[in-house]
Amino acid sequence: MGVRSVVPFGPQHPVLPEPVHLDLVLEDEKVVDAIPSIGFIHRGLEKLVDKKDFQEMVYVAERICGICSFGHGFGYCDAVEHIMNIETSERTQYLRTILFELSRMHSHILWLGLLADAFGFESLFMDSWRVREKILDMLECATGGRVIFSILKVGGLRRDIPNDMLKSFLKTLEDVEKDLEVIIRTFLNDYAVKSRLCGVGVLSSEEVEELGCCGPFLRASGVRRDSRKLGYAAYDDIDFEIITHTDGDTYARTYVRAMEILQSAKIIRQAIEMLPDGPIEMPVKGFPDGEYMTRIEQPRGEACYYIKANGKKFLQRMRVRTPTFANIPALTRTLRGCELADVPILILAIDPCISCTER
Amino acid sequence: MQISKSPWLLHYDASSCNGCDIEVLASTTPRFDVERFGIINTGNPKHADILVVTGGVNNQTRMVLKQLYSQMPDPKVVVAAGICACDGGIFKECYNISGGIDTVIPVDVYVPGCAVRPEALIDGIVKAIAILDEKRSKQLIMKQKTG
Amino acid sequence: MERELREIEEDTLLNETQKVHSEGYRLIQICATTVDSGYEILYTFGKGYDELSIRFLTKGEKPVQSISRIFPPAWLYENEIHDLFGIEVENMTLDFRGGLYRTSVKAPFARKEA
Repeated sequence: MGVRSVVPFGPQHPVLPEPVHLDLVLEDEKVVDAIPSIGFIHRGLEKLVDKKDFQEMVYVAERICGICSFGHGFGYCDAVEHIMNIETSERTQYLRTILFELSRMHSHILWLGLLADAFGFESLFMDSWRVREKILDMLECATGGRVIFSILKVGGLRRDIPNDMLKSFLKTLEDVEKDLEVIIRTFLNDYAVKSRLCGVGVLSSEEVEELGCCGPFLRASGVRRDSRKLGYAAYDDIDFEIITHTDGDTYARTYVRAMEILQSAKIIRQAIEMLPDGPIEMPVKGFPDGEYMTRIEQPRGEACYYIKANGKKFLQRMRVRTPTFANIPALTRTLRGCELADVPILILAIDPCISCTER
Repeated sequence: MQISKSPWLLHYDASSCNGCDIEVLASTTPRFDVERFGIINTGNPKHADILVVTGGVNNQTRMVLKQLYSQMPDPKVVVAAGICACDGGIFKECYNISGGIDTVIPVDVYVPGCAVRPEALIDGIVKAIAILDEKRSKQLIMKQKTG
Repeated sequence: MERELREIEEDTLLNETQKVHSEGYRLIQICATTVDSGYEILYTFGKGYDELSIRFLTKGEKPVQSISRIFPPAWLYENEIHDLFGIEVENMTLDFRGGLYRTSVKAPFARKEA
């Protein structure tokens, strides 16, 4: 047995844009145990329900995380609308779907870039983020914001997206797909990239189920489950595949995310084609009373929004269970037994979003 | 010799929602490209001249931020990116947020916005470079005086 | 998607969870809510797309039993509940002893003594 030593990892670390801390117990170069410590971004925003009313909380929900901002706002609005029995218009649902999928595309491309950065492929990182800007342009065009849109409200949307603008997105999507082809080819076929990803952090389908994983992380181990199939927003009418891979290693996770970007483009195209006309918001009367839990598929996996209200202006409780939170137990499992040099890649494999996790 | 020809940048997320963080990263990528000012995003505080902090300060990041700041060599400038870093923003009323980062370390440039736009951030960084030069020349004068 | 909610007593938690586990469910989340008469603790489980929740009310005076020996990822949720609500949780597989979130206010969600 080699000498054991403890190496602190983080909170400030070159590959992590966000602070998370891990105590890595090493035996020579092998990690024997990893103990996560979080709380660096804990703001306590669930407690803001005491100070901000249920309409203002939409802004707070959107700021749980800057990457999955739209998803959080959507999940919150969806739960409140269920409690208040508000039936949103068809157009709202389709527009929400389009914005959600654009967010998913930008989030996955962002992740591909960060992964490339983690294994030291700087130009691939730059190239991915160059393509991502095109999606941000579309979002900015439609909503006015690059990362945080503030377009959602309880009962609908704050502003409409004109049909001809959406038509112009089809052209941009084609450009994006053309650029992505090159990037994805590099990620999936390049010898150097493959040598860093294949066989790293393998989890079987039984293990991921036992550890309660979700999202692309789950699907990369061969479990076919995607909360979009629950049929919220317009996903019921849209035809899309659930991407899975059976290897369960980091390469499989990259594959699933890369292919999901292309699926998202497909969903957006269908939604734009089928987009009905109509109002974009419904009147909101009174205050919410009751409880509801919404489950939606964020870019990183399934997120749950639990809202409890008692007929007052201020909610009683808002609780958000984010996908990264669910994937942390699996992260500690994959870290056990890995090489020290693979730690950054394994942390990125769950697509960590620490500000979601700690709220 | 002017230090401002190639100032290196260190980014730390004090307790931001990630929105500003990715905009800080985005400003180093091809569309905005702060590297044309000779700026490189580094992970090591001992190499850095500019500290870009996003997000308000909470209990746990307070010490980390202080430590990062003290590890940076003089002269150094601090840019508060985003409204949370300026004064707490939407999270100001949260129990765990003690306000902007100026409650912990001195700030030279404030860049508001939620999320901060890369254009605004670059503007702020360019301002910070000018301050860096000023600090540097003051330092040189002091050195000459004391011999 | 089907949804079910079982209201249970605090003492039967481990039995009920064991039953849920043997029915083949996975853990989705654990959430605590401060209510007038104490704390509600809601466990959500999933099987495929279906959802099953169990819930009980506790005064928060005696420790809640941990289910992390039945559902391994539960330690993270239980540590969170301990740190934010000040509810003691017993027999966790990984116990941070209040060190998961080092908040400036101790147990910010705890019920205010009237």
